[in-house]
Amino acid sequence: MQGNRVIGEAAIRAGCRFYAGYPITPQNELTEYMADNLRRVKGGTFIQAESEIAAVNMVLGAAAAGARAMTSSSSPGISLKQEGISSLAADELPAVIVNIMRGGPGLGNILPSQGDYFQATRGGGHGDYRTIVLAPASVQELADLTMDAFDMADRYRNPVLILADGMMGQMSEPVEFSEPAPRKYPECYVLNGKGKGKSKFIRALILDAIRMEEHNWKLYRKYQVITQKEVRFETFWTDDAEILIVAYGTAARIAKGAIKRSREMGIPVGLIRPITLWPFPMEVIRAFAERVENFLVFEMNTGQMVEDVQLALGGIGKVQFYGRPGGVIPTPAELAKVIAYQARKK
Amino acid sequence: MKKVFSRPKSLKTTAFHYCGGCGHSIAHRLIAESIDELDIQGRIIGVPPAGCAVIAYNYFDIDMLESPHGRGCAVATGVKRVLPDRIVFSYQGDGDLAAIGTAETFHAANRGENITVIFINNAVYGMTGGQMAPTTLLGQASTTTPPGRSALLDGHPVHFSEILGQLPGTMYIERCAVNTPANIMKAKKAVKKAFQYQMDNVGFSLIEILSQCPTNWKMSPIDACRWVNEVMVKEYPLGIIKDSKR
Repeated sequence: MQGNRVIGEAAIRAGCRFYAGYPITPQNELTEYMADNLRRVKGGTFIQAESEIAAVNMVLGAAAAGARAMTSSSSPGISLKQEGISSLAADELPAVIVNIMRGGPGLGNILPSQGDYFQATRGGGHGDYRTIVLAPASVQELADLTMDAFDMADRYRNPVLILADGMMGQMSEPVEFSEPAPRKYPECYVLNGKGKGKSKFIRALILDAIRMEEHNWKLYRKYQVITQKEVRFETFWTDDAEILIVAYGTAARIAKGAIKRSREMGIPVGLIRPITLWPFPMEVIRAFAERVENFLVFEMNTGQMVEDVQLALGGIGKVQFYGRPGGVIPTPAELAKVIAYQARKK
Repeated sequence: MKKVFSRPKSLKTTAFHYCGGCGHSIAHRLIAESIDELDIQGRIIGVPPAGCAVIAYNYFDIDMLESPHGRGCAVATGVKRVLPDRIVFSYQGDGDLAAIGTAETFHAANRGENITVIFINNAVYGMTGGQMAPTTLLGQASTTTPPGRSALLDGHPVHFSEILGQLPGTMYIERCAVNTPANIMKAKKAVKKAFQYQMDNVGFSLIEILSQCPTNWKMSPIDACRWVNEVMVKEYPLGIIKDSKR
């Protein structure tokens, strides 16, 4: 099944009942899948919105009304959605936003890229906030992480971003959908009419500085909990590794291929693959630095996650970077050459 | 003794922060009275805008969801689609609705969303201090059109209600004012009718309210009310623009 369609199916199975989106390549199959399938589900709403901005604001309304809601787009469209993502974070509303990244900046192209790492992991919009960022590296993981994204969004009442690229969205692999856990969420925030009770409101405007500060610290404390509890990563051939590659998503798949080739040539190289890009597995990487000196960060951009790796290492070890931006997809053989060069230099 | 007049149940006891002579507080009251009379306080959700009415949730005793600037109709769409049996309205100013929110308003209307839009037209950006709005009249001075709005440089006043009236998706659109007791009575009737239409699943309705802004017009409240009649109504004539049910 194709990656984009898998996200749609996993979302519906996870109980997503509201989707609004706007056409943009390379994620159109997801929007089309929702148009075809979400409308057949009882209580399901699909809207082709007039813009990315409208789509994310519809999601804001649907989330406040208690629905599991999702929107998706690709890089330029995600830039437009930032107003809504910032508002969702401020309002503490759960929602899932999918970014099937393409080459940028600007309109760029429609080929796979990882150019939106900074935008995704630093909040993306204005104000002091974070979104949880999940980076799948297979179609199976697209399914699993989409389901988890809805649970995490509910747990923390915060937008969760699925950050994949055009390669993930367009490729097909076998997939098994797991049984989703029953939805658990604090219904106290949901606006559905006050009934006979007290009226509620949800707002992002807090004019009083002290109260605004309190709200910022409240969000900060939530982000601290997320940082402690939600870090996810995979390691591959790290036990005896003398060089460690750090890569995520499509780049991590390429890295695995390169590592197999390098191992055949006797180069002891392994992989750390962050699955959550925020929170970033800082401590994991730092712990490896006690044993391994050489790190090679590999991204499909000009070097973004490499800054987080440097931050994690805090000056210990040597960090090299190899990247191909703009929609170029490097081959495992190409990366294996880079690894061989690093091994000789070491 | 018989009580003949009191604060609507759907308004909290919080004092309005609006300037003296402002039309917002009257519009708020008309909405609250309509909610009470239709007995929908428990199942209505309001969407206030960015602008002077941004903290409307401090005044209305109903569930409210603040919208980012201009996105009221998109946010209301999300709420209404999830909760089709609730009554959902957005409350938006002229800049919010007819400038930054043009696309969201136009397309919610075109989809025929079964929501009610209260559109406050005071021909100026109020909260930010009196800049030109899309509805500012030709020749009208504002802080960003100091010599008066020029058609050549600043464009023409936008008649958004008439534009929406062209769309098959819209069912009821009326322009009212809150500058005289007679106009206030008519506005009340229109607001209540719009909510009633939504309850009857008729479809998209919008009530435009010409609202005086003495502070930014730099007039006394009495002169501002007079200006609505003598100048504003000539550009924006009052009355029903569309009523598909009638």
